[in-house]
Amino acid sequence: MELQAVLMAAGGGSRMMDLTYNTPKPLLPVGNKPLIWYPLNLLERVGFEEVIVITTKEVQKMISTDPKVKLDVKMKLDLVCIQEDADMGTADALRHIQQKVKTDVLVVSCDLITDAALHEVVDLFRAHNATLSMLMSKAHEFTETVPGQKGKKKTGEQRDFVGVDGTGKRLLFMANEADLDEGVVIRKSIMRKHPRMHIKTGLVDAHLYCLKKSVVDFLADNKSISSIRGELVPYLVRKQFSKSTNSPKVIDETHQNLKKNDSNISSRDEELLHLTQERSCWNDHRGDMSDAYHGGRLRCYVHIMDEGICYRVNTLAAYIEANRLAPKLFDEPAVHPSAVVSERCLIGADSIIGASCQISDKTSIKRSTIGVSTTVREKVKVTNSIIMHGVTIEEGCNIQGSVICSNAVIGRGADIKYCLVGSAQRIEPDGEHTTASPHLMSKACSA
Amino acid sequence: MADCGEPDGPGNKDDITRSKNEGKELTKEEKQRLRKQKKHQKKQKERKNEKGPSETEKDKTPVSLLPPPQPVATQKAPSALPAPASAPIPVPASAPFHSSPAPSPADKPAKSKAELKAERRARQETDRAAKQPGSSSSGIKTKVPLSELNPVVKRLPEHVQVDDPAVVKRLAKKLERQQIPLRSDYGYKVSLFSHLHQYSRKAPLTQLLSIPSTVIHPSIVRLGLQYSQGIVAGSNARSVALLHAFKQVIRDYTTPPNEELSRDLVNKLKPYISFLNQCRPLSASMGNAIKYIKKEISNIPSQCKEEEAKTKLLTCIDRYIEEKIVLAAKAISKYAIEKISDGDVILVYGYSSLVNNILCEAFEKSRKFRVIVVDSRPRLEGREALRRLVQRGISCTYVLISALSYILPEVSKVFLGAHALLANGYVMSRVGTSQIALVARTYNVPVLVCCETYKFCERVQTDSFVSNELDDPDDLMVTRKGKTQLENWQDVSSLGLLNLVYDVTPPDFVDLVITDLGMIPCTSVPVVLRVKNLDQ
Repeated sequence: MELQAVLMAAGGGSRMMDLTYNTPKPLLPVGNKPLIWYPLNLLERVGFEEVIVITTKEVQKMISTDPKVKLDVKMKLDLVCIQEDADMGTADALRHIQQKVKTDVLVVSCDLITDAALHEVVDLFRAHNATLSMLMSKAHEFTETVPGQKGKKKTGEQRDFVGVDGTGKRLLFMANEADLDEGVVIRKSIMRKHPRMHIKTGLVDAHLYCLKKSVVDFLADNKSISSIRGELVPYLVRKQFSKSTNSPKVIDETHQNLKKNDSNISSRDEELLHLTQERSCWNDHRGDMSDAYHGGRLRCYVHIMDEGICYRVNTLAAYIEANRLAPKLFDEPAVHPSAVVSERCLIGADSIIGASCQISDKTSIKRSTIGVSTTVREKVKVTNSIIMHGVTIEEGCNIQGSVICSNAVIGRGADIKYCLVGSAQRIEPDGEHTTASPHLMSKACSA
Repeated sequence: MADCGEPDGPGNKDDITRSKNEGKELTKEEKQRLRKQKKHQKKQKERKNEKGPSETEKDKTPVSLLPPPQPVATQKAPSALPAPASAPIPVPASAPFHSSPAPSPADKPAKSKAELKAERRARQETDRAAKQPGSSSSGIKTKVPLSELNPVVKRLPEHVQVDDPAVVKRLAKKLERQQIPLRSDYGYKVSLFSHLHQYSRKAPLTQLLSIPSTVIHPSIVRLGLQYSQGIVAGSNARSVALLHAFKQVIRDYTTPPNEELSRDLVNKLKPYISFLNQCRPLSASMGNAIKYIKKEISNIPSQCKEEEAKTKLLTCIDRYIEEKIVLAAKAISKYAIEKISDGDVILVYGYSSLVNNILCEAFEKSRKFRVIVVDSRPRLEGREALRRLVQRGISCTYVLISALSYILPEVSKVFLGAHALLANGYVMSRVGTSQIALVARTYNVPVLVCCETYKFCERVQTDSFVSNELDDPDDLMVTRKGKTQLENWQDVSSLGLLNLVYDVTPPDFVDLVITDLGMIPCTSVPVVLRVKNLDQ
């Protein structure tokens, strides 16, 4: 087998607590499908037959019991549960399943929505015999106004500095602004080997990594690394140019420990590979006297997508943006066949109506997503909003640019603009709520 | 093979079924027909014996593989005779397959029905001519040229028939059967070369494969990628990488139940070879290596245990690489160093791993010489050769091929590497080599070609058009000062970009070929091939 897929679905969604305090992040509906469906669909399309899903017990329970959560994927899902309160990072989770990992892994995060051609990432991994290969995309500005946010969006996110070589494929440098004290520090050894480096800041890390098996084994020995993105990847990128004999001793040693039994096989094969490289006239750089890859054994590659959809749904803004774009990703009809839609209502072309909905007369639904089993009474205007499952919207409401979570009830005549209504909340009839009234979001509030 | 048995088969079967139905009495006409067939088959046996015992020995094996015809024990002798006698009929038809060279490792499908009918008609004509009174000797004589005519039906390899839609359709069907995606051609092809494939590097074959590749072994996918991206380039490197990948395939192979390793493993390798062919057309050295492996696999005795068989195969592969590539390089260096004298100015072209090896060894043996490296676009492989020579400390000069006639008066010897040596003495090498040989001949500079014997090929070619490789035409685009002039070459209807990879040099321009068997003239290549065939 070539690659094993591992889906990380145990994250808490700490940056959008408003949405995730009731529904775990992997099961948030995006375009009326649970968020976890998107990476699973990506893996299935590409040809995977089995996926190891690392998730919490709550999510596992909901997947198996809740009828609204339908994951119609044909792949075999191997659900591994970890404790919610164990505060495990992604690398810790990978260490947890080390026994199941038998070959190289493809680690995907559950909040990734993309239509990228995965073969580009995997080809870099295969062709150059790389240790790490990842996917990044040019960040897009979010244009939608986020409910509950007053004024302009503040760039709370700190920038990532990514250094690539002239071809744009080899990853030379990666650091987050938080880790840098004053300026970007680049070692002379890197500059000597790669005199031309492009440093990019406007990139979104898709959290899709191809890792060699030896890295997983290395993680098992080094318990101090707890996050793939935060610690492992920068470590590997730095290790490419480490002074210690050009090959990371730690990773090499574990590699050799595993191959102790068939050491003669691997050494003979290494000789052949060395012979091949010696006889081949290819070099990845020119201008100096060194061999291909500068004789380094650890290589990290990145594929940067120029165009196409690539979102990580970990903030509210990203969530809303993803809901807008989700219909483009699958060809199901916008209006679910089981929804009861009366004739005298206006449903825009870019709206999605979920299953078993009831849309009454004289409603207007534009650029919105209506969840499963939602009831919309007469004369309701829904614009630019996301309505989750089981919501009841009474007559005459006007909902604009808002997010209404599951099982909420909007009283008649309510006027909601750019708000976020929490799960199972009741909005009093004839209320007017705009961004200025934050009390809608809190669970404790009773209306 | 069963197809070839058909011409007389249905006739026999009809006879037998009819006689079965109507009882044991054969009618007069049927007896006459059976007698005629017997005579005809006897004559074919004679013809077969004329050809020589070795071929019949080779052909006996397919004969024995034929399923025994209907065991009609109750039949009279005449009906029993045609059945085994029908066995030799596929022999002359199969003999052409065995005796004709098989340059491409692709499968050869059985002859079409039309060709079989034509053969049958031809045979009937000769029979009628032979029946003339007293013309038995002339009958045999007339049969000899016909037997030569029949095997002449050689099948062209499909990779030089891309403009023939029937061939392309057949290839597509074969790939579909093997579950390998078909790589589509890219861009406008220059009309003289429209019979060859032209692929784009930006459209790798892997985008049509599933990502954890299950149909094709992962090491083969990796190898195909490395071929198509040019990471493994050069005939020796490609062969070694191929054998390395095959070692991994053999190691991961398990014989399915009710199958024999010797037959099943060969069948497993066929789709991999098609896949590699789609990524980049196979080189002659790779073809020979594949032939060797297939022969070794089929020679494994059926009672051999799987582990034993696998280790045997792995050691065979290691030995092949050791003998044919590593030791051959050492032997060639030994001979070539005799030809390098102090004060020599040696010209090399592009990157040849063998020539580089020779020069480095000569330098270590303290010969005093300097090297001129000639390079050409778009590959610019000479830069890599230059780097490796300068790293050792050899003093080098670097020119492009356009400056060749300027620099040649300084040169005392030319060393060239080869991709393959053809059976008529022509040298197939990187495009530009024949130019170098031509200009060197004009200046009376000796040209020495260094080539291992495993690259000797039974193909015959006199020009570079018939069989070649077209590389990605986008490689010819170059960006200078931020501008790429040829960026929109596809929009210009009368413009075609041609990126040839190989060319053939006639033997009159080559003075000596240095192989691991010694230093031979170019025209002795068929002798070496014959000696090799006898050995095997």
